[in-house]
Amino acid sequence: MSGYLSGTLAILCINLIFAYAIFVTAAAGQINLGGAGFQAIGAYATAWLASQPDIPMRIIIPAATLITALIGFLISFPVLRTRGVYMVLATFAFGEVVSGFLLRSSIFGGAMGMVVTQHIELWVLIASAAAVTLATFYLMATRLGLAMRSLNDDEEAAAVLGVNVRGVQVAAFTIGGAFAGFSGALYALNFGFVEAQYFNSLLSIYVLLFVLIGGAQTAWGPLAGSLFFTILPELFRIGGSWRYFVFGVLIVLMMVVRPEGIVTRDLVRRLSPFGWRSRRAAGSSHGR
Amino acid sequence: MSATAGLTKPRFVLPGPVIASVAVVALIALAIATGGPVIVRQVVSGLLLGAIYMTVAVAFTLTIGVLNFLNFTIPSLFMLTGMVAWALVSRGYLTFAGTWAWLVALLVGVAVAVAASLLVERFTFRYLRMKHGDATEHAIPLVSSLGFLLVFENLILIPLGSDSQRFTVPFKADVHIGGMVIGVAQLASCVLAVAVVGALSFILKHTKVGRALRTIAENPDTASLLGVNVGRVVPVVFILTGVLSGLAGALFTVNYGDVSPFMGDNVGTKAIAAMVLGGIGSIWGAIVGGLVVGLAETLSIQYFGGDSVSMMVWGLVLVIIILRPKGLFGIASIGKGKM
Repeated sequence: MSGYLSGTLAILCINLIFAYAIFVTAAAGQINLGGAGFQAIGAYATAWLASQPDIPMRIIIPAATLITALIGFLISFPVLRTRGVYMVLATFAFGEVVSGFLLRSSIFGGAMGMVVTQHIELWVLIASAAAVTLATFYLMATRLGLAMRSLNDDEEAAAVLGVNVRGVQVAAFTIGGAFAGFSGALYALNFGFVEAQYFNSLLSIYVLLFVLIGGAQTAWGPLAGSLFFTILPELFRIGGSWRYFVFGVLIVLMMVVRPEGIVTRDLVRRLSPFGWRSRRAAGSSHGR
Repeated sequence: MSATAGLTKPRFVLPGPVIASVAVVALIALAIATGGPVIVRQVVSGLLLGAIYMTVAVAFTLTIGVLNFLNFTIPSLFMLTGMVAWALVSRGYLTFAGTWAWLVALLVGVAVAVAASLLVERFTFRYLRMKHGDATEHAIPLVSSLGFLLVFENLILIPLGSDSQRFTVPFKADVHIGGMVIGVAQLASCVLAVAVVGALSFILKHTKVGRALRTIAENPDTASLLGVNVGRVVPVVFILTGVLSGLAGALFTVNYGDVSPFMGDNVGTKAIAAMVLGGIGSIWGAIVGGLVVGLAETLSIQYFGGDSVSMMVWGLVLVIIILRPKGLFGIASIGKGKM
């Protein structure tokens, strides 16, 4: 496999896991515009652990994931006090604070970044992305996943029907934090270098777009969004520097043509060979 | 009544201008009392920066207050003005205007920002209204505006390059106040920014369009039932957004002389911080917030060094959103709509 192709594949895998992190919260109706902050925590935790003597990779990755999940859990309580635009801004501010902190901290290398001495194989990345994808599909089919969907559609109605609103939201933030930390760990181990400048607000914006363009209604969305966002720029690279412009135009047009994202519940229902849950999905195209 | 308290419901509050001036004067007095002449200079440059943040913050707060829409194109409108003006002058399209070319260029720049803002309206609100009947309860405008941010930035980046450029104004005049040198352009900028924001506040409070805007802010459906032509009034918000962002961009370009395709990013994020600090939906809040953030920036550079600014400002925003989401002057019911 050529270096170019394997590089693209590695980025796709990391982006996909990152997109699922934001998807899990978005599926529960929470917009997280601070994704880069969570990913940065996972990446820096990995870089720091890898710089300590004698910690094998099979411990580093779960540890970084757990640390980020814990931070996601803790930050969910203050953030969930906010709603709507305020939540978008609170999560955005969180991302900025994390990258600002990392940029100034001396033990994490400050503006110089950190070199990661251990390296991960490509097949591990692919296996991880597949595992996270399957786990999210499973999650969305469980009772918790249904509760998350119900919060996205109508929080009051869900509460009336006995859904533990706060509990489900906290769970979504914690799982999202774990996925983001996992993707950060893989990022650090794949590229061998982390710097705070990479985890900026533009990254948070992009990953949120992965999810919202792909579609936040079903677990297919992030898959479609990541493919759209990772493969299209590679195709446009041939066409010169106009690719980001085309990218922006596509986002605007997508919102006009398919405001619920590329893959909607309705589309999944129509394409499904089984036609399951058809009554439930039929009337939900105005969910958000 | 503060200017936009009426955006939701009438209630008695201290007059916005009173609180605003007391807060800012107290802060300045504190700074000057604790420092020397160096601090006075920092305070003046902080207020100038604050006037620019304030103008952009008012644009943000207006779109959120009326349309529940966090408009991420505002930084790019700001940038469009500066870059278009620079391109017009440096490519020699404005030689006919002689020594006033810079002014013509900036006016064209503001016009471009307004046109771009109306384009955003066309693809977010007008379209959504046609399709769903209502656009204020969706995340769609937010996502579209992120798309437009990419479009505008790259539309400038591709022909003009990503380098920072110099925009020079051919006249230079200074006034001396108590041993301090202040540029006339700087003073004029502050006055102009305050005048425009004051005019906006008057429009919202006393004109027919302003009343219509406040009705839409309360509830677009009810506004429509009451005879407000929502489709005609919503573009006004975008025109005002374009004027405010473009004006801020023009003032920034004149005073600092540096333009680049990314000039809006830093100002935009600081303006968001200013808006949150003052309280989302409140114009006087945005004014105080803008001045406070501008002062905080120059003073913390003075005391703690340059790279501490971003973290301190955002840390403050995070704390305020969580502990007092309505900010200093805000209206509790704004911006809580589902995204």
